[in-house]
Amino acid sequence: MDAQAEGAVSTSAALRTAAATRVTVSTMDSQSVVVRFAGDSGDGVQLMGTQFVAAAALAGNDFATFPDFPAEIRAPAGTTFGVSAYQIHLGARPITTAGDAPHVLVAFNPAALKVNLPLVAEGALIVLNIDSFTSRGLAKAGYETDPRQSGVLDGYQLVEVDITKHTLEATAAFGLSKSDSGRCKNFWALGLVQWMFNRDVASIADWISKRFAKDATTRDANLAALRAGHAYGETAELTASLPHVGTGTAQFPPGEYRGVRGSEALALGLAAAGELADRPIMFCSYPITPASPLLHQLARYGHLGIGVFQAEDEIAAVCAAIGASYGGAIGITSSSGPGIALKTEAIGLAINAEIPLVVVDSQRGGPSTGLPTKTEQSDLYQAVYGRNADAPIPVIAARSPSDCFEVGIEAVRIALRHMTPVMLLTDGYLANAAEPWRLPNVDEIPKIEVNRPGPRDPGQDVGSVIFDRDPVTLGRPWVSPGMPNLMHRIGGLEKDIRTGNISYDAQNHQAMTNLRADKVAAVAKFIPPQQVEIGPEKGSLAVVGWGSTYGALYQAVRAIPSKERVSHIHIRYLSPLPENLGDLLRGFDRILVPEMNMGQLATLLRDKLGVETIQFNKVTGQPFLIGELVQKIRSLLSAKPAVRAVRGDRA
Amino acid sequence: MSAQLQAKDFASSQEVRWCPGCGDYAVLKSMTRALADVGAVPEKTVFVSGIGCAARFPYYVETYGFHTIHGRAPAVATGLKLANPELDVWVVTGDGDGLSIGGNHLMHALRRNVGLKILLFNNEVYGLTKGQYSPTSRLGTRTPSSPQGSFDTPISPCGFALGAGAKFIARAIDIDKTGLGGVFEAAHGYDGAAFVEIFQNCIVYNDGVYNSFTDRDKAADAQIHVRHGQPLVFGENGSKGLAFDMKSMSLKIVDAKAQASEVLVHDETNRMLAQLLVAMTPPEFPIALGVVLRQPGTSFEKAYYANQPTQLKRTGKVADVLRQTSIWRVPAQ
Repeated sequence: MDAQAEGAVSTSAALRTAAATRVTVSTMDSQSVVVRFAGDSGDGVQLMGTQFVAAAALAGNDFATFPDFPAEIRAPAGTTFGVSAYQIHLGARPITTAGDAPHVLVAFNPAALKVNLPLVAEGALIVLNIDSFTSRGLAKAGYETDPRQSGVLDGYQLVEVDITKHTLEATAAFGLSKSDSGRCKNFWALGLVQWMFNRDVASIADWISKRFAKDATTRDANLAALRAGHAYGETAELTASLPHVGTGTAQFPPGEYRGVRGSEALALGLAAAGELADRPIMFCSYPITPASPLLHQLARYGHLGIGVFQAEDEIAAVCAAIGASYGGAIGITSSSGPGIALKTEAIGLAINAEIPLVVVDSQRGGPSTGLPTKTEQSDLYQAVYGRNADAPIPVIAARSPSDCFEVGIEAVRIALRHMTPVMLLTDGYLANAAEPWRLPNVDEIPKIEVNRPGPRDPGQDVGSVIFDRDPVTLGRPWVSPGMPNLMHRIGGLEKDIRTGNISYDAQNHQAMTNLRADKVAAVAKFIPPQQVEIGPEKGSLAVVGWGSTYGALYQAVRAIPSKERVSHIHIRYLSPLPENLGDLLRGFDRILVPEMNMGQLATLLRDKLGVETIQFNKVTGQPFLIGELVQKIRSLLSAKPAVRAVRGDRA
Repeated sequence: MSAQLQAKDFASSQEVRWCPGCGDYAVLKSMTRALADVGAVPEKTVFVSGIGCAARFPYYVETYGFHTIHGRAPAVATGLKLANPELDVWVVTGDGDGLSIGGNHLMHALRRNVGLKILLFNNEVYGLTKGQYSPTSRLGTRTPSSPQGSFDTPISPCGFALGAGAKFIARAIDIDKTGLGGVFEAAHGYDGAAFVEIFQNCIVYNDGVYNSFTDRDKAADAQIHVRHGQPLVFGENGSKGLAFDMKSMSLKIVDAKAQASEVLVHDETNRMLAQLLVAMTPPEFPIALGVVLRQPGTSFEKAYYANQPTQLKRTGKVADVLRQTSIWRVPAQ
């Protein structure tokens, strides 16, 4: 069809192909593509992203996502600080990160273009909603001249579409207000993107039908917008060159799969832990970004034996969790860095009273309020070292959205086995990012043992039952009010190592302090030896990480030729460290530690294992790019330093 | 069930370490007596405390006890009560612990109506840290941290509780066995948050702070023991009564015989009356003691479980829940 003849297709909608005639693929292989949707907080780009991913997953693609929210709920429309984005990396090969530079950007307004243009790949395809490119829209975004004329878009493939106008036309029949009609534009755009990737809209239409089942007008308007967007792609004969992503060709092990966000996987993991221990769970929390999704998820799991208590503040949340654990439920609390700081004194109480507790820290940029919606790994010091007195606790970290399931179970297992608080580190990226998850067989997961008190003989000292420790775990029996004949008093004061009564005895305090340290050290006897993710057991360079950098580190090391003998090691158990880690690391000439902080794991490794590392630190609020890691590794390999220890390199 | 337990059965083996002459001894004694009288089950009874002199209380009662951290006892107790609503949970706090560092938790425990018996030992001073002024210290209280006399306005514990929405408020004097015992039993029987202010004398740092109404020769005129459905009278032989002054919308003292028709009858369900009663201070007015307010309500833990479709019983399986979304299958190659 002639674009000029079709009234709906204005000249501005015609494809403008700039210098590049095809999209340049800058990732390691062309079997994957990175797509980024960006618009105002109210434009529905997060929803658009999740639906795009769901459709891609059904088509057999692997994926990883990265929702990138502004801190503001509804910043003034059209401003750069109100831009919300959702990045999806999908492919026909295993995907472990949300991708480096987007190959496709859909920008709903000039501000979204301005914020995201620096991120996109050279020659990327940029879809612009030109209805928002008015003089006012450009001014709000801080553009002095229209970027379509200024030359900043040279080198990109530009698709200019009046998305708002088309959406209003497509939904005109439903009698919605102009603003309600306009709200359907995310589905119009999604229809267009589906067409670009040669995909139909059936699964998305199904979702809309279910989601808006009770509101027929909204349902029908969104469906009409979705289909109109898809049809537009066909009729306008857009011929932009896209990296082709095959369907059903990603090589997954056989099994059942679903997409999962980190907060969902963690909620399910904690629920599974309750099931495995056959104990109720009491989740006590206070709203904070980015930890709240876990609270929301667990609030729906009452039928899985999970009680949720939204406390008056962070301190009350951890204290209520301790009270619940004291009462025989599995007490769990959750927050982000600032909230964890407030909980610190109470964590000490749980250490002293030897009460199981799981503390989930969804890390974010700091200090203080910092960057609430941006990710960082900067609470490792707080987790390992951050309490008054000698107050060790086990610390573990999740490395990917689906890994949160296993780590959730593991945190509860350690807490109950050793009768101790456990810190579980995730971060803002993991909480919101999604990936495919091969469903575990829950029946095959080992049960979580609960150390129950033995009977008390008449005349037997109650302390000898309460503190009858397991000789290996050093955990005491879990005694709760309601159990007859075991009435006793515990608290934050130092207790006698045998009777549990208050003791100010000097030698006893030394003995109890030793015991608390030994107890956490004992966790190492139960954790698997540290594995190498990829690469040899001994080599020239170990790239060592923890937490959500897993995907980027893995892909970066994978991109290095094997003759270079570079390995990726990723640590789940941060305190105590796996017993073989020191020997493993000493098998490498050099150790590179990339972290989204200023060197906290590097400090920990130096402190606990006496190894010197090369730091690579990035605190931009954005995850590592594979490309920058590869570059760093290559530069190390090409320059053989005379000394092993090099400090402080920043991304 | 074994034979009825006696007060001594509720005394633990721990050596009591309050200062000789401390009001806390009398409170402890009244408590062990009250526990025996109400037939408390030791293993189902828990004392949770924060930090302060009063917070040592749990060590001395032969029940379960948890000595937590400063100000946080109501929060710990809330979690405990949610985990096991069958327990009788007593919170022991003080004016510093409950109204200064822990004011927020106390407020929320009260407004939620968590089934906790909250005993606030008010001695108007920080005892354990050696005598600094507290949030209930009267203006001008000279202490090591306020050598010129304190100048910040004190808070009224019962006024605070009323403001927080408490539905049960009672008051008693540490050495008044009858009054204290009655209040403990009433608190024990209340289904919700029961707030009890205990006027407790600190013999070391604030001795005699309540003498204006506790001295034997002043007690009759300076105390009024309120009872639901009974006229609000006090003084020798009940010669004085409390009446409502319409013009000033406040209480006034009248001759209980000559103006008998004006004397108010205590209604423990009337929040407005409770407000007026707890605001009375000597020497103009007698101090109100006993159960000032007792309104029926739904406890937090009852509402909490009632609001869960399965009352938090595990009826579902994680294996099923994790499949309640779009699933795709990858066949074996």
